[in-house]
Amino acid sequence: MKVSAPYSTRLDLGPAQKGVEVGQLIDITPDSAFRFDCGATMDTLTLAYQTYGTLNAEKSNAILLCHGLTGDQYLVGPHPVTGKDGWWEDLVGPNKLFDTEKYFLIVSNIIGGCLGSTGPKSINPSTGHHYGLDFPVITIADMVRAQALLMDALEIPQLFAVIGGSMGGMLALEWARRYPERVFACAPVCTAARHSAQNIAFHEIGRQAIMADPGWMNGRYIEAGTFPAKGLAVARMTAHVTYLSEIALQQKFGRRLQNKEALGYGFAVDFQVESYLHHQGKSFIERFDPTSYLYITRAMDYFDLEAECGGTLSSAFKNTPTRFCVVSFSSDWLFPTSESRCIVRALNAAAANVSFTEVITDKGHDAFLLDVPAFHATLAGFIGGCAIARGLA
Amino acid sequence: MKQTLRPDLAVIASRIGEGTRVLDIGCGDGELLHWLRDHKKVDGRGIEIDQQLVHQAIARGIPVIQGDVMSDLPHYPDQSYDYAVLSQTLQTMQRPHEVLQQLVRIGKQAIVSVPNFGHWKNRLQLALTGKMPVNKTLSYDWYDTPNIHFCTITDFVILAERLGITVEDRVVVDADGKKTRFTGYGFKANLFGQQGVFLLSKK
Repeated sequence: MKVSAPYSTRLDLGPAQKGVEVGQLIDITPDSAFRFDCGATMDTLTLAYQTYGTLNAEKSNAILLCHGLTGDQYLVGPHPVTGKDGWWEDLVGPNKLFDTEKYFLIVSNIIGGCLGSTGPKSINPSTGHHYGLDFPVITIADMVRAQALLMDALEIPQLFAVIGGSMGGMLALEWARRYPERVFACAPVCTAARHSAQNIAFHEIGRQAIMADPGWMNGRYIEAGTFPAKGLAVARMTAHVTYLSEIALQQKFGRRLQNKEALGYGFAVDFQVESYLHHQGKSFIERFDPTSYLYITRAMDYFDLEAECGGTLSSAFKNTPTRFCVVSFSSDWLFPTSESRCIVRALNAAAANVSFTEVITDKGHDAFLLDVPAFHATLAGFIGGCAIARGLA
Repeated sequence: MKQTLRPDLAVIASRIGEGTRVLDIGCGDGELLHWLRDHKKVDGRGIEIDQQLVHQAIARGIPVIQGDVMSDLPHYPDQSYDYAVLSQTLQTMQRPHEVLQQLVRIGKQAIVSVPNFGHWKNRLQLALTGKMPVNKTLSYDWYDTPNIHFCTITDFVILAERLGITVEDRVVVDADGKKTRFTGYGFKANLFGQQGVFLLSKK
């Protein structure tokens, strides 16, 4: 595969300019304005979401699936921008892990996202322009409160389960802390109760790469007709490395050269791993908004459940009725097993009903999106056990 | 669903009250907790180190934490369970005495089953052959065994005394699964019992 490396030729790209299908849209602020953690308020906030399966008469079979940093409501494809499969495509359908004949699945694009929910590229009614950096800084709790308003609108008093990986796991934890009586079961996967210094550091590299791009225009690239494609691609390339493992990279690419027999003695692509990263960067800039990337990474950086609860994580889950299943992956160095163990210990200290397993895999952080049978078996077992307890089996 | 429990687990299960909270340390695939949930409405939790077994337990709907006993137990609050159960696991622990202290701290009562190294067959095998016993209940060679801290029934009672732990009840299970209650250091129990099951609490 030959990749055209220079992103500067693609300044017209970026999802902001594209009008695409985003699924169902709902105004979650019909009665009152939405108040963000930062203090800002917004009179109208829209969430884009997708549902799969049917809500039962008792409204007891709803599962909220929370997407990762750059994921969206397209659990199942084709994705409106990329045309590709959804992020958990293989797990959804009749008799699958997320059995659409049994459960009602809900996935909403988080606020601050760029696929239909109100975010930085939405129009600010007071200026008539895109919000850009005038969008309020958002938090994981803001995202969760917005989702809770969506559940109110859908008249779902209690979710059977809230499940998510990575940032989605942060949302799942925040859901269980904030609305324990509305979450019957909770599966935070490869996540943490607070974002680590190393993870904040990687996010900052990504943000600086975006803002250093001449096309950034201080966030006014839409009006300027530019796009910080290079910066966004570099941000994605850096982040992508953190989603993999050293052994996976070594096995997949080693030192193999890309379409050449010998080193090129230059700075064009020599190695397959370079070509792979360029491809990752290129596909990303075609589907993601740089300002959304800034806001969402910031929300993850700010996430600290322990601090939210006055310094003891276990107090966040005191007397929780929710059943938990925490999962980590052995080769995940972005959200290592130690982070999951912190969550598990806090839940234990709160005498919560919690399962935990570390799945052995060399697929790194991305394992939660890949075909890892042991992970799927664990999740299926947990959901099945909870379904019996909830009277859904 | 008809389930038959391993003999020592059956003894343990018989001591556990309806609707109680049970922590099973080294719970394997969740056999005991599953039985207790179905027959005694027990709210059970397990700890298990083997990933395969953890997955099996979670798949039966039993909440299990994959982890190492010594690093995880200190994080459990005092007296947070009615029973802390340790079946056939004590002999695999690095520091069995610390595990016992954790058990009676976390559980209002602890139930421990241990394989009895003092069984007459083991004694005879060692005496006659001069080699470490290997048989049906002790199925490992000495150099390749998870059982690093074997004890006899008498040893166990002595350790409990030293730790200030009350042995509220003591039962041996013989090769046929027959249960016999005994007292004191159990001279006879130590000869003929294959497994000892002890009900413990903090003094």
